[in-house]
Amino acid sequence: MASYFSLLPLLSAAFYRHRARLFFTIASIVVAFMLFGLLGAVRFALTGGVEVAGQDRIITTAKVSIIESLPRSYLTQVRQLAEVRQASSLSWFGGIYQDPRQQLVVFAIDPNYFGMYPQIQVAPAGLLAWQSERSAAVVGEALATQYGWKVGDTIPLKSNIYRRKDNAPSWPIQIAAIYRADDQPANTIFIHYEFFNESLGTRRDQIGWVVSQLKHPHLAATVSSEIDALFANSRQETKTSTEKAVAQSFANQIGNIGAILTFIVTAVFFAMLLVTANTMAQSVRERTPELAVLKTVGFNDGAVMVLVLAESLAITLVGALLGLGLAWLITSALEPRLHAVLPFFRIPLPALLQGVGVAAALGAAAGAVPAWLAMRLKIATALRAV
Amino acid sequence: MTPALVEVRGLRKEYRRGTEVVPVLDGLDLDIASGDYLALMGPSGSGKSTLLNLLGGLDQPTAGSIRVAGVAIEGLSSNELASWRARHVGFIFQMYNLLPVLTARQNVELPLLLTRASQAERQRRAEAALSLVGLADRANHKPGELSGGQEQRVGIARAIVTDPDLLLCDEPTGDLDRKSGDQILDLFDALNREAGKTIIMVTHDPRAAARARRILYLDKGALVREER
Repeated sequence: MASYFSLLPLLSAAFYRHRARLFFTIASIVVAFMLFGLLGAVRFALTGGVEVAGQDRIITTAKVSIIESLPRSYLTQVRQLAEVRQASSLSWFGGIYQDPRQQLVVFAIDPNYFGMYPQIQVAPAGLLAWQSERSAAVVGEALATQYGWKVGDTIPLKSNIYRRKDNAPSWPIQIAAIYRADDQPANTIFIHYEFFNESLGTRRDQIGWVVSQLKHPHLAATVSSEIDALFANSRQETKTSTEKAVAQSFANQIGNIGAILTFIVTAVFFAMLLVTANTMAQSVRERTPELAVLKTVGFNDGAVMVLVLAESLAITLVGALLGLGLAWLITSALEPRLHAVLPFFRIPLPALLQGVGVAAALGAAAGAVPAWLAMRLKIATALRAV
Repeated sequence: MTPALVEVRGLRKEYRRGTEVVPVLDGLDLDIASGDYLALMGPSGSGKSTLLNLLGGLDQPTAGSIRVAGVAIEGLSSNELASWRARHVGFIFQMYNLLPVLTARQNVELPLLLTRASQAERQRRAEAALSLVGLADRANHKPGELSGGQEQRVGIARAIVTDPDLLLCDEPTGDLDRKSGDQILDLFDALNREAGKTIIMVTHDPRAAARARRILYLDKGALVREER
């Protein structure tokens, strides 16, 4: 007996049967999976930082909230701890370029910052140029491409948080180097903390948080406790965690995004399941005599069941692949525009694979009952229905 | 004497309608020789189509035995019956029952999908069967583009493409005009006389029945008369 591959010509023929109905069914699946892909990109954008966080780095923030600043002196004290290899401060600048709607990710950092992040690739000459010029900046390649910036350009940066003591409207920074990054969008501008700090009239000698690289990553918990103990009962107590934990905590502040998105996607998929199951049930009902003929000429019960299931799976998978493909195109088009606010706005590979898996499961579920009915079809009874 | 290709003994078939048991065939005995051409006639509800379905393994008897070429088909499972039908029986229906989305050649190829024949071999055999029924030039037409007579000839090509022992025809000319019906009956004559196919045909049409070698009359589930 031939294999189930013999059903392929019949399977492909099924796509030419009711083209309008098939089109609308697949369209509903496309919309569902496009939404799945887009929501997956949003979820990744909001939590993606967790995935790229380093295990050997810990972050010290104000205990009350990450948006509270710390005294600059904390950095000096952290650097003196035996298990800390090196440390740098980071301060959120709140950058604006030209138009208040063009918000940029700008951090004021210390000169040793890049030594803690090997995945941020800066050419040695560029790094040296940045370190030797206080008003210089290192700019992400994606930003430079977007705005057409190149090394040597001077950019007037405004801040929506800070004011200069001389009331000048902006901080003119000169691009010393352009960086690339392996695991995250290169969309940040790094400026010197000293340059930033000395320009301020108020809120001087404050930093956003401290990032410390440890000599021994397995001591993260011990060192974190040591740092927090150091600043206990001070005017600004601290909370120190691994970079990954901080990123997760930041993501959690936005709410249980995963649960909300899962709920929406489940509702959409349930509606899609009903549409596909209805299409398959209708298709099998209309083709009862045809299925009886297949059995008459020798196709067994299993083959007829597989044919109906395969048809359901094929419809769902075609729709899912189109939908995920569309979502991928949309996120690819939007990522450069959104990276200032959603730096990881793309569909991660696991989400794409999950989408294909969900499509297979929904296809099987939608086709299960029609396939079972087709398998149980009594030939003599079905032929009388002609 | 020619050995019997089909041996039916004590064949009973009952249907259940709620709690009521409706007998359709009542202890029928029948022998059909290899190469025979048999017409089954009788009023509606006499059991003709039920007998045809049982002989073709499309339905299971309530009691009795059916041996076709030595195989007791009443004891076969559903899957065994499917395999047996694919190798030994060709079916021809009143309404042709072609798959509308497939071309004539693809329809004829259907039973060959169950064999190990290559695509080229399937195509060659399907085209040969279509040539035999005079439709070589309609191979790429879909059923909707063919006349009723042509559709039935495609149905016959599908039935003979696997070279079965037995052709079972249920009112094959019932939906055709006289001229097309005659062409179909001419084809049956040729298949019986020249290819030696055993044909069992259910019909209401005395003109069609007259083309057969034997005519059996059924009434209320029993054989009541035979004409040769």
